Amino acid sequence: MSFLQLKNIVKEFGPVRTIKGVDLLIEKGEFIVFVGPSGCGKSTLLRLIAGLETITSGSLHLDGREITNLASSKRDLAMVFQSYALYPHMTVFDNMSFALKLAKVDPAVRKEKVERAAKILNLTQYLERTPKQLSGGQRQRVAIGRAIVRAPKVFLFDEPLSNLDAALRGQTRVEIANLHRSLGATTIYVTHDQIEAMTLADRVVVLRDGMIEQVGSPLDLYDRPANQFVAQFIGTPQMNVVSATTLPVLTRIAGPRLPADGSVGVRPEYVKVVGSGAGIPGTVELVEALGSDTLIHVKVASDVHLIARQGERTSLKLGDAVGVEISQDSLLYFDNQGRALREMRQAA
Amino acid sequence: MSQASSAPGFPWVRTISAWFFALLIFFPLLWLALTAFKTEGQAIASELFFKPTLSSFVEVQQRSDYLHYAKNSLITSVVSTVLGLLIAAPAAYSMAFFRTPKTRDILMWVLSTKMMPAVGALVPIYVMAQTTGMLDSLPALIIVFTLSNLPIMVWMLYSAFKEVPNDILEAVRLDGATVWDEFRHAILPLTMGGIASTGLLCLVLAWNEAFWSLNLTSAHAGTLAALIAQYSSPEGLFWAKLSAASLLAIAPIIVFGWFSQKQLVQGLTFGAVK
Repeated sequence: MSFLQLKNIVKEFGPVRTIKGVDLLIEKGEFIVFVGPSGCGKSTLLRLIAGLETITSGSLHLDGREITNLASSKRDLAMVFQSYALYPHMTVFDNMSFALKLAKVDPAVRKEKVERAAKILNLTQYLERTPKQLSGGQRQRVAIGRAIVRAPKVFLFDEPLSNLDAALRGQTRVEIANLHRSLGATTIYVTHDQIEAMTLADRVVVLRDGMIEQVGSPLDLYDRPANQFVAQFIGTPQMNVVSATTLPVLTRIAGPRLPADGSVGVRPEYVKVVGSGAGIPGTVELVEALGSDTLIHVKVASDVHLIARQGERTSLKLGDAVGVEISQDSLLYFDNQGRALREMRQAA
Repeated sequence: MSQASSAPGFPWVRTISAWFFALLIFFPLLWLALTAFKTEGQAIASELFFKPTLSSFVEVQQRSDYLHYAKNSLITSVVSTVLGLLIAAPAAYSMAFFRTPKTRDILMWVLSTKMMPAVGALVPIYVMAQTTGMLDSLPALIIVFTLSNLPIMVWMLYSAFKEVPNDILEAVRLDGATVWDEFRHAILPLTMGGIASTGLLCLVLAWNEAFWSLNLTSAHAGTLAALIAQYSSPEGLFWAKLSAASLLAIAPIIVFGWFSQKQLVQGLTFGAVK
């Protein structure tokens, strides 16, 4: 039996159905990331698990116990909020030991646990400060520390890095990954940033409109997306998707497996820009030199644009005539509903 | 701000008019304080220069036991404030943190009871006090003071509680807090300023209350307001003694207000300035 089970979870806010029947099994120790565009219901789903919103229908089991209607305070979960939600009137030490204090844990044990967590998170010298006297990154670490100290059954993270600047975000992402490796705690992490999803997750849950689009390991989603939405949501820059009707030459490459009303997808790294005369003819629309990568936007038909990504730098300029080569085995096929044809995977 | 920029050359105009109006408002109080230290004769004569005397104060204490009334004022205002806070806090808590579509209407309805003139409720309340044998008793005053201050208390606490970020309450709940823990460890410390100013304001309002104490009490449970009224009797005015009694009645609350004015202002403008 799985550690955390979501069975046909539905959430309605008045007449609006935000979560439309979610089934998910999470194993002990897994790092699960909920990812999706804003408004997809990922935060709501997390709040339902936390008990901060009531579940309209469906059931929730944690560690063999039904917790569908249990109060948050009795679920034994810890959450790291986007706003950190530190207690402004308490010191860092009190913030981190608050849950233990409520649980009437012996003060000596409390002190030891807080000090150990503070050491892991490099917070030892800040224990007597109040949150106001800390930087954003330090507050973030206190919020994480508050969760660690309790050793809860599941850690919940609600977009914890979105208030940090880019450099700190990258650094904290690594710290969270390390922390998970050393603690091995079951974690559910909500983000809209697919890089966080790809780098942190054991399994990624892609949500759209209150439903699960696909569940799988990061590379699984990248290589074998269940549908066009997942294909285009995962990976930067987006996968090129071209409908069969707009680019006949691609249909020829794609072969008979592509339905007449379907479309093909190809990741930018498989689009090769060659000299004019070879491949599909096109003109350069934009060159984005990122240093490590170069993105070349090529217009190959009146409203068909392909993005190519290459490691080498280029001397191509706007308006240059080029050719584009795409190999057949790098293509993904979608039917007219956007479902992937190579492999019909059902959402878990 | 716009006024300051429209008359940049005449700051003294503003200064003088501010002083003028301030003194205008202050003058009756000043006159009251001066009259309290006069004899009745000097008071009638409206003399500006006189030899101060404490005779009026002595006479007020001898004739009508100032301390007895002061004790009643203290008991009624403190007890009604504490009671009011105990009732208003849970009410404000539920409205601030468990909002429903009707919350706004309930708040408006609560406030609307303050719009009715007190005299409108005089007869029913008087009759109720009479039939329950509570006329001229401290409990009657305490109940009426509490009820009449409740709308303001609920509103002030509601706006104080609303300032508490929802995330913090959710974090507290996930940390395993019961409703009481949540109130005790999160809401109370975070809204202490608002709660204190609500209490202070209601203390002042109850202390200054005159209508109900005049109508529901006489010698036994009378507050300082009733004491003052004794000296404006139809048989003749005793300006000096009336002033002395008034000064004695308002002095404690003025001193109290002076020390707590920062809290009071903060409470009244709570939520107005981000």
